[in-house]
Amino acid sequence: MTTIEKTADGAVREGAGDDGTPLLEVRDLHVEFHTRDGVAKAVNGVNYSVRAGETLAVLGESGSGKSVTAQAIMGILDMPPGKIPQGQILFRGEDMLTMAAEERRKIRGRKIAMIFQDALSALNPVLSVGYQLGEMFRVHQGLSKKEAKAKAIELMDRVRIPAARERVSDYPHQFSGGMRQRIMIAMAMALEPDLIIADEPTTALDVTVQAQVMDLLAELQREYHMGLILITHDLGVVADVADKIAVMYAGRIVETAPVHELYKRPAHPYTRGLLDSIPRLDRKGQELYAIKGLPPNLLKIPSGCAFNPRCPKAEDICRTDVPALVPVTEQDGTELPGRGSACHFWKETLHG
Amino acid sequence: MPDVTKTKAGTDTGVDAGPLQAAADAVLAPGAVSQGKPRSLWGDAWYELRHRPLFWVSAVLLVLLLAIAAFPGLFTGANPRDGDLTNHFLTKPELTHFFQADWFGYDGQGRSIYARVIYGTRASIMVGVGVTVVVTLVGGLLGMVAGYFGGWIDSIVSRIVDIFFGLPFLLGSMVVLNAFTERKVYVVIAALAFLGWTTIARVMRSSVITAKQADYVTAARALGAGTGRILFRHVLPNALAPTIVVATIALGAYISAEATLSFLGLGLADPTISWGIDISDAKDAIRDNPHVMLFPAGMLSLTVFAFITLGDAVRDALDPKLR
Amino acid sequence: MGRYVARRLLQMIPVFIGTTLIIFLMVHVLPGDPIRAMWGDKAADPAQVASLRHEFGLDQPLWKQYIDYMADLFQGDFGKTFGGRPVSEEMGMAFPVTLRLAAVALTIEIIIGIGLGAWAGLKAGRAVDTGVLIFTLIVISMPVFVLGYLARFIFADELGWLPPNVQDSMDLQQLLLPGFVLAMLSMAYVARLTRTTFAENLRADYMRTALAKGLPRRRIVGVHLLRNSLIPVVTFLGTDVGALVGGAVVTEGIFNVQGVGNLLFKALGQREGTTIVGVVTIFVLVILLINLLVDLLYAVLDPRIRYA
Repeated sequence: MTTIEKTADGAVREGAGDDGTPLLEVRDLHVEFHTRDGVAKAVNGVNYSVRAGETLAVLGESGSGKSVTAQAIMGILDMPPGKIPQGQILFRGEDMLTMAAEERRKIRGRKIAMIFQDALSALNPVLSVGYQLGEMFRVHQGLSKKEAKAKAIELMDRVRIPAARERVSDYPHQFSGGMRQRIMIAMAMALEPDLIIADEPTTALDVTVQAQVMDLLAELQREYHMGLILITHDLGVVADVADKIAVMYAGRIVETAPVHELYKRPAHPYTRGLLDSIPRLDRKGQELYAIKGLPPNLLKIPSGCAFNPRCPKAEDICRTDVPALVPVTEQDGTELPGRGSACHFWKETLHG
Repeated sequence: MPDVTKTKAGTDTGVDAGPLQAAADAVLAPGAVSQGKPRSLWGDAWYELRHRPLFWVSAVLLVLLLAIAAFPGLFTGANPRDGDLTNHFLTKPELTHFFQADWFGYDGQGRSIYARVIYGTRASIMVGVGVTVVVTLVGGLLGMVAGYFGGWIDSIVSRIVDIFFGLPFLLGSMVVLNAFTERKVYVVIAALAFLGWTTIARVMRSSVITAKQADYVTAARALGAGTGRILFRHVLPNALAPTIVVATIALGAYISAEATLSFLGLGLADPTISWGIDISDAKDAIRDNPHVMLFPAGMLSLTVFAFITLGDAVRDALDPKLR
Repeated sequence: MGRYVARRLLQMIPVFIGTTLIIFLMVHVLPGDPIRAMWGDKAADPAQVASLRHEFGLDQPLWKQYIDYMADLFQGDFGKTFGGRPVSEEMGMAFPVTLRLAAVALTIEIIIGIGLGAWAGLKAGRAVDTGVLIFTLIVISMPVFVLGYLARFIFADELGWLPPNVQDSMDLQQLLLPGFVLAMLSMAYVARLTRTTFAENLRADYMRTALAKGLPRRRIVGVHLLRNSLIPVVTFLGTDVGALVGGAVVTEGIFNVQGVGNLLFKALGQREGTTIVGVVTIFVLVILLINLLVDLLYAVLDPRIRYA
């Protein structure tokens, strides 16, 4: 199996590939949930990696396993019912899954931080935002209450919340959606972590605010030279900020590519379907494409390629053999750096 | 508490609460019943119920207790009122004499404790069920009307509820019952219902308010459904679950209250056979003859247990959030 | 906030009047004549009966009696017992005793109830949880007088650990047993409520955030979980005062505590209306005020609440 960054062009960015080890590397990760109705296989062998300063976008419908992978990396999966039967999550070369709980806790928040989708429910409703921001410094750096509060105000200024000093004692529900998400970002940035995982950071926001929040996130990432894993189902968000994309379906990565190439020439029918279902001005008046069918039931993932019941190009082999994520090439065999597809018919899809 | 408004962000836990209802709240998580799942709410609940051992324990107990209450003669041949002081004064139990008059021994008046325990079931069950029926009808109706129509009707009903709610349940019933010299079962039922209906009214009112704001009710109204149809077809079925749970748990509490009142000499009185009276009679003998109190007390607790556990199981089954 | 309190206090007036009226009617409408009952089976002198009636205002129409009573009440006069002692004096002696008993009960209720509930909630679905659930079910199933006699029989009569009667209510050790008995029922409810809110909030998004922040478990549970979970528990404790009051009548009887419950019980036996109405009136007032206090406390604990 290829890991994405082997040939990633994001690596060329200045200072990114220091000693060759990526910041974070997920290897053959499996996650399953044991429920009353059976075992739901949420993640089935995911590989990806991120370097410092690099943005990886993980794309997929709900239930594709993109959030579960992120939670596994953070170590915040509910276990039980969740279980990681197999796989490695290497942070700076060290497997976090085998670490002691206390060691792992010290990485959380300090080295790897997470931004959640719904800031309203992700922030504690009965504690002031200043307290929640300051908590990071008090716990990880042992600062006093007063110092922590000063730091919290500084952070709020940083993410451009107006009148930070006055609002530091306010509670989450007193802020607008966009401001709340800024607080969420501030909390993640607090200790200047190496890696940030943003789980649909703009989905819950108004379209107008989405861009502002995304810009802020990108700006801070550049400034601190952090790795960023951006989880989203919104292809529009991805295009501007990501370096590379991993498309997930039914707990697997079905395609990986540097961002612009994916838009130009998808190598998997699922990716193609996703791109075709974006409304476009030049196709005004035509019927909008939609991928037929429903996302698979994780308790009963179809045999062979999980996408086969919904795939317009499915053949017999798709129903029996699971396609591996293989590197794709140009028609003449030239390597396409950073690209891979898990489709038996990637050639037809890419070149046809 | 009607003025406590919550900002939009707040969760909807601000249902008015009182002792019994808070007890039920303790149990009834806010907004217990939400929108349907693929399986229907009741179907799903039944699935859950079947898989709970405590449900079966309470169900079996209840069937047994109802049978005893209805046909006490089937369970004992002894007469609970026959006293024989010369032969049976405070005789210890013969634990191997199953279902015989001396199984649980004899009390201070030489009466068979086993027979009295069996015959005492009827009064307790009658009071419990009676109060629950009255309270559910009266409180349910008032709560539903107040919740559905709102406005001045709600204001009036709510104020009346507030007034009755200000009176502590047990304390209030003591004062009320003290006014009656002849305390038959129906008097006790009336007294307990007089103060108990507010709990159900509050639960019903708040769940009707929640249910009537649901989108499907708005949709039904938009489609031109009349008040009666909306109320009975759409609102009531969806507001019923919390009421049923509270009523079942309260039934146990009413039985407990009856026994407490009878124990204090303010509830049922001779010749009605009540566990509460028997326990009260036994209190002077407890040091040397604990069995005189133990058996009626045990039976009483078992009965309350059966109802409360049933309510508990139903609540858990109806509340998808707790799973 | 001030305006809210003022409005709430204002709204309390009709509730207070309504409640006392009900009690007043209950006590005075009853069949039977308490004055004549003072003579027992002996024949009473009609002139004496009439003069006593007049003295206690019982010859007035009921509405007049009520208005007179309320008018006196606002001047702090609770009337006189049949024995001639001012009711306020009797209550003044009994209330501190009950207050101490209630304080002991409340402490037990809070510490053990929240402790047990938190323990079960953190281990939801495991053996501990089931154990606590069954324990609370058993406690709730036992009426307070059964529990009281059982506790007295076991801990005082058989084991001799604690005194069976309360002679001196200033002695904490003597109040321990009745306090426990009085607390048990509410303690079980507190435990169950705490368990439910703990288990529910454990799954809240902000708990996941707290975990992702790398906070130690102590802090996650002790600050983030506890603060949110205590809100409904506080509400319950406030509304539970009424139940505590009812339980006090029984508990004080069993352990011979000379508190308000005992006073009321005796008054009921003698059908002494003035004392009954007085005691219940005070109870109602206390309950109303505590409910207001809890509502205010609620706002302190949950910043999302605003008072309109």
